[in-house]
Amino acid sequence: MIDHAAAPLAIPEPPAKGHTRREALILGLFALAGAALTTGCASDKTALDEYLQKHFKDLSGDELKAVLARMEKKYSEQYGKHVSVSATPPLEGVLFGYALDLSRCIGCRRCVYGCVEENNQSRDPQTHWITVLEMDKEGGVNLQDANAYYDHETVPAPGKFYMPVACQHCENPPCVKVCPVQATWKEKDGIVVIDYNWCIGCRNCIAACPYGARRFNWGTPNIPADELNPVTEYLGNRPRQRGVVEKCSWCIQRTRKGLYPKCVEVCPVGARKFGNLLDPDSEIRYIIENKRVYILKEELNTQPKFFYYYGL
Amino acid sequence: MRIRAVRLAVAASAALLLTVACRPVQDPGARYGKGAEGAAKAAGTPATPATPATPATPATALFPVAPPPFSDGVFPCSECHKPGDKVNRVPHAVEFHEDIVLKHDEKNRWCLDCHDAQHRDKLHLADGRLIDFTESYRLCGQCHGPTLRNWKAGEHGKRTGSWSGAKQYLLCASCHSPHSPHFKPLQPKRPPLRQEKIR
Repeated sequence: MIDHAAAPLAIPEPPAKGHTRREALILGLFALAGAALTTGCASDKTALDEYLQKHFKDLSGDELKAVLARMEKKYSEQYGKHVSVSATPPLEGVLFGYALDLSRCIGCRRCVYGCVEENNQSRDPQTHWITVLEMDKEGGVNLQDANAYYDHETVPAPGKFYMPVACQHCENPPCVKVCPVQATWKEKDGIVVIDYNWCIGCRNCIAACPYGARRFNWGTPNIPADELNPVTEYLGNRPRQRGVVEKCSWCIQRTRKGLYPKCVEVCPVGARKFGNLLDPDSEIRYIIENKRVYILKEELNTQPKFFYYYGL
Repeated sequence: MRIRAVRLAVAASAALLLTVACRPVQDPGARYGKGAEGAAKAAGTPATPATPATPATPATALFPVAPPPFSDGVFPCSECHKPGDKVNRVPHAVEFHEDIVLKHDEKNRWCLDCHDAQHRDKLHLADGRLIDFTESYRLCGQCHGPTLRNWKAGEHGKRTGSWSGAKQYLLCASCHSPHSPHFKPLQPKRPPLRQEKIR
């Protein structure tokens, strides 16, 4: 059916001869692929299910259950121990917020490695979700002269201060806007998540993030089986595959169950704070209302829910 | 007709991709390198669950704090200091506790400003009220008022547990030695690999 109004724009039909030839070629290819499919891996239902899996948000309750069960089976076999994969929904009336005391952080990187262990980041090739920047106290927050590779005997080094940077969980996240397949989005509780099975690895989000918070799995991630954290979340710390982007999820597997994120728990100086922005009695609200708060790259209007502050 | 051709092409390429995608999954060990080997090793080692520290204070206490960080064998103080002992109340150097270096307003303060001479297993506030070691934050807060306020609100100091429920507070003394409270420098964990070294 051709709409008459649109007729002048209609693409002319290709000549009959060329068209039949191309169609025959494509049909042939299709038949070949079909044959390969039936003989090669028709028995491997897992792979087929994985390939045909829908977007996380489009999964019905039963489909989601099947997906989680499939993943649990796969990871458990792969790592030789029971690995749980859950998809805990966001809590009602909760908007997460994070605060970090710049006057207390000593740059010891306990958070970096605590996060690696909790969130099953690849050990080799190395992936870190948190970058700790060292800067001169005199210069203030001056990112172009920041050093993430400092290697002192002891910290804090004289005249330096430290600024750990990870995903800022923006209310207005540029990474989400640029994703061409909507594999990353902001959840109701404010956590920006990634569906690793939907990610096509285009890395637009990495380019869009002004905080350098996203990491790409250039190689196949490697985690020693005995170090794998078996309590995992679909949108969080489950093992990732090569070719997908990952980043901090505010320990979704912990925080949606009411626990503090791992980095909060391992910080030896108590510089890291976490809580519900909608709860007026939370420590996060106390900090925002009573302390000098600094928002990284505030001028970009990304509206981070990560607040640096000066406690002293 | 053209649309049909495109659709066919998409279907064909999808089917092709599928056959390629199937292959590595059939052998998970190969895909994850040392995975299979490591998995076998891990099967024998049970995971050690993190044991939460038991709060030293009863549930009725205002702040659930971690147990006071006594040095080994030092508490109860009354093991050595008996109630009838003669006490020299003039500030003087103490020979026995040589491991304690007072660097906390030491010109104006000494042991018995906080420790109680009569009740050795207690501390006392400036007005003489006795308190347990588990409530030592009240003692610290006499001078460090704003810090105590911030600590109660959860801003100062580390809290663990649940952001929405039961929290474990740490005593001031858990992080700051009451005798020399300044933080000691720490050895940092290793720096990240430079990008060019990641293979």
